[in-house]
Amino acid sequence: MSTNPSQTPGLRYPTNKKTIYDRNLNRSKNAELSRAAFAYLFIEMISYAQKKVRDVNDLEKRLNTQGYPLGAKLLTLLTSPARCHTACLGPTRILPLLQFIAQTLWRHLFARPADSLERSTTSPSDYLLYDNDPLVNQYISLPRELSQLNCAAFVAGIIEGVCDSAGFATESVSAHTVSEQGGGEGVVKGNELWPGKTVFLIKFKPEVVEREEILARGGG
Amino acid sequence: MVVFALFVISKAGGLIYNREFHTGMSKLSSNDYLMLAGSFHGMHAITKQLCPAPPVAADKANSTLAPSPFINRASGLEVLETSHFRMQCFQTQTGVKFLLFTEPQQPNMDAMVKKIYELYADYVMKNPFYTVEMPIRCEKFDRGLDGFVKVRS
Repeated sequence: MSTNPSQTPGLRYPTNKKTIYDRNLNRSKNAELSRAAFAYLFIEMISYAQKKVRDVNDLEKRLNTQGYPLGAKLLTLLTSPARCHTACLGPTRILPLLQFIAQTLWRHLFARPADSLERSTTSPSDYLLYDNDPLVNQYISLPRELSQLNCAAFVAGIIEGVCDSAGFATESVSAHTVSEQGGGEGVVKGNELWPGKTVFLIKFKPEVVEREEILARGGG
Repeated sequence: MVVFALFVISKAGGLIYNREFHTGMSKLSSNDYLMLAGSFHGMHAITKQLCPAPPVAADKANSTLAPSPFINRASGLEVLETSHFRMQCFQTQTGVKFLLFTEPQQPNMDAMVKKIYELYADYVMKNPFYTVEMPIRCEKFDRGLDGFVKVRS
């Protein structure tokens, strides 16, 4: 029931003529959301993803898929001229891209930067991003039969979305709980302090790494 | 100050969580624990009915909020004290009961049970893999309780 029949369908105009497009993008910059509300929403997202899944990998893949479009949109939002006054082009090299994810994106989503960023020593196309206590896992305790699962796969999906839409195609981005067995004494201690420590493994496609090497040689 | 144990009893009277914080306590068989929880559930229901002066209905004009269906109910058994222990029972709006066993001279038990309820709300109710009315197996809840009890004692 529209009061004005000549109105164009699709976009509805509120009475004050201010659509969602007229709103300032910075409006939500420092806005805070209820953590409990997110926790309950995330419960439903997980139960939705759990329907008709065969195994843990399948479930993580579904959570990843739920995060992917968010990443693509967040890149646009966080690099929009309304947000950043200086370089609005978005990251053009791998390292600035990862810095952007670890700092800007993490601050926007979780109000703090990621804990550390490393390049894999075994494979040059892999990067490791650590979060000591992912916000999405804050209230989650895994049952024994799903101990391999890490629900931060959702965040991995967001990272994948950002990388892909920034023009850095990825093979995959996955979230893993840092295992307690691996490493020496120091690692074990770190695990006691941060039992939920999660690593995001970002695998770039070979052509991205190749392009990066060419750019590095060119001195860019 | 010593906190001995915590029981959580579901709405239906089943024992869904049982945790001892102190070593060297007399043990019961798991079946006995279930029976204990069931009997307490029944006793709690009886004490609710025993209320000699029925609570009067709150003045509707005075309250700005919607009238709660729980406000006029008698609460049932809350504290049980013996020479060697004290038990505090806290029932949530949804009928879950927390039983906390401590030393008789333990102060501030109300606040402790409230804090435990908070931990339950966070790490059990917000856990996607927990089904209501089922036994609580949540690692983070255990850890939260441990931290809380250790700080207190």
